[in-house]
Amino acid sequence: MEQILANGLYLGAQYALIALGLTLIFSLMNVLNFAHGQMYVFGGFVTYTVVAQLGLPFIVGLLASAVVLAVMGALIEKFLFRPVIRRSKRDESTMLLAAGIAFFLDAVILLLFGEKQRGVPKIVNGVFNWDMRLIMPYDRILIAMAAVALIVGFILFMQYSRTGRAMRALAQDRVAAQLMGVDVDRYSMIGFAMGAMLAGLVGGLLVTITGINLGMGGPTSVKAFLMIMIGGAGVISGAIAGGFILGMMESVGLTVLAAYGDITYLVIFVTLMIFLAIRPQGLMGKPWG
Amino acid sequence: MKRRVFLATTGLSLALAVASGSAAWAENAKLKIGFVGVTSGPAAAWGISNQRSMETRAAWLNELGGVKIGDTTYDVEIVPFDDQKDPKRAIAGMEKMAQDGIHYVVGPNVDDGAAAVRPVAEQNGIMYFPYAFPKELYTPPASNAILGMVANYQSGPAIYKYLMENSGVKTVAFVAANESDPLSQRDGGVEAAKALGLDVVSASVTYQVDTTDFTPVLLPVIQTAPDLLVLSGVSPANAPQLIRSARELGYTGLISTETAQDATVLAEGAGELANGFISVGGASTPELASDTMKEFVERYTKMFGEYNDESNTKVYALEYIIETLKANPAAIDNVDEFKKTMDTFSAPNPFMVGDATLTYVGMTSFGQKRQVSVPLVVNEFKDGKFETLFVAQVD
Repeated sequence: MEQILANGLYLGAQYALIALGLTLIFSLMNVLNFAHGQMYVFGGFVTYTVVAQLGLPFIVGLLASAVVLAVMGALIEKFLFRPVIRRSKRDESTMLLAAGIAFFLDAVILLLFGEKQRGVPKIVNGVFNWDMRLIMPYDRILIAMAAVALIVGFILFMQYSRTGRAMRALAQDRVAAQLMGVDVDRYSMIGFAMGAMLAGLVGGLLVTITGINLGMGGPTSVKAFLMIMIGGAGVISGAIAGGFILGMMESVGLTVLAAYGDITYLVIFVTLMIFLAIRPQGLMGKPWG
Repeated sequence: MKRRVFLATTGLSLALAVASGSAAWAENAKLKIGFVGVTSGPAAAWGISNQRSMETRAAWLNELGGVKIGDTTYDVEIVPFDDQKDPKRAIAGMEKMAQDGIHYVVGPNVDDGAAAVRPVAEQNGIMYFPYAFPKELYTPPASNAILGMVANYQSGPAIYKYLMENSGVKTVAFVAANESDPLSQRDGGVEAAKALGLDVVSASVTYQVDTTDFTPVLLPVIQTAPDLLVLSGVSPANAPQLIRSARELGYTGLISTETAQDATVLAEGAGELANGFISVGGASTPELASDTMKEFVERYTKMFGEYNDESNTKVYALEYIIETLKANPAAIDNVDEFKKTMDTFSAPNPFMVGDATLTYVGMTSFGQKRQVSVPLVVNEFKDGKFETLFVAQVD
């Protein structure tokens, strides 16, 4: 039981961090960023390149991922999403654009980093073993703690910084925020950059544990969407809750249902369908958006 | 004056165009060989190593002046199609090959894709070389598919028997991705293990290919404490993570798979924890590799920046096609002629030292020769590279 809980918390921490970036972008711009998973993969490859290829410390790789993805996010917002949002009132325009960016990033990743699975050496050796009841490698514990620290840092930033307050105002009511003097374009760009940066950071963190490969983008996006559907799209606390709930469901399912084959995600999807039928706005979302 | 210059320029251009046209006319005819396989997504490494092996070898042969089949010399042109591991796309790819008049195709890489393209290949006179294991593709009445590698039901028993005799393995557990190929390989492995008298202690645990944490997946398997953990049909992307999780959970037994792996990927993803991991290698080892094979590796690395160990096997399909066509030039657009030649075909194997030959095998497994003969090389990973555990031959 201890192992199941620990696995769930570890998965939940990384999932929550992935979902945070996606929900931030959605809350600010009403954009479903289908390229979020590809941004995660890109971040992983940047860390891999810096650490494994250039031989620099892991923290440098992580910072490089954050910077590269933040710049990428800012450019994507400024030159792609902003013009499309300005010219088209239809939601599907931004959805198609996001899907196009996902395909484009897949192609870029293949060209730049190749088709192989990549990974970097463990940053900490050793395994925590509590009488065989709870086994957890130290690097996972460290990554989970880093993920939690990033989540806390993000919440504090959104709560107390001027930029965070402006973005929250934007998320609550775009027109009202604009009337109150919030520079909508500027904070949309910062928000998108932060969302992309978070995706890149998770990719960088997890490249030490799960490695990274070209095909991880799509499934990561799907999981991120699952999380924000559980927690409520556009709600920060909802994304965190969604991440931890999905992580825990996965951990419990993989242990309890192992004897019945790979039905964990089948059960999760069925549960989610029933849940959404009852509460379509998710746990913490508002029915009106 | 301007008009005169214009006329002179135009005349010169026309002359150059005619001259270059004549030069093109004097170039070799094209022999188009198709590739339909997965070059994107998590299993991209399988198809990309195929495609790049073909492109490397084709460029090399063309550089040498092309291949002479009958009285005609051809430049080899590779026509690739990414099926994205989707059977529907694989069908579309094979239809494209048919529309392009291509009769010889390498791929698909996976079971469902290989099964899906069978009607298209048979209706359009295409011989294809899948890297997929379902026996019905290669046993009569099927006759257009030729297995491009050693199948798991051929390599699995050989590995288990070796480990029973040399490492005292008595119990075995299987874990597989929840996809058609790994599941069918797991079922084949379970059957083979039971036939050899091994005690199968776990075979029901499966995982999603996009799993990011294998600890919960492997926990119930490791609790059964098997002597041997078989990662059935594991992709190069998942293998390091599974090995790492198993070792971190305290598993000290043997780990093996019947799929080909990449040493760099294992070293990066699992490091020392991958030491002792047993896999089916590409059909080449440093002891087996000829100078041609070594040059192939150099050329591949030069063209694409990094070699893929899987290409030790993937290099063969194109060679078989070309050498069989050389043996019977009438097969160039007639696959029935190709099939007739396969029964007696034999040519020197350029990739192996000694007197090794290229021949078609498969009588034991399929009742007809529908498999390329490549050595069954079983490797053990040690400190960043593969070491040969044993080499066997398959029929």
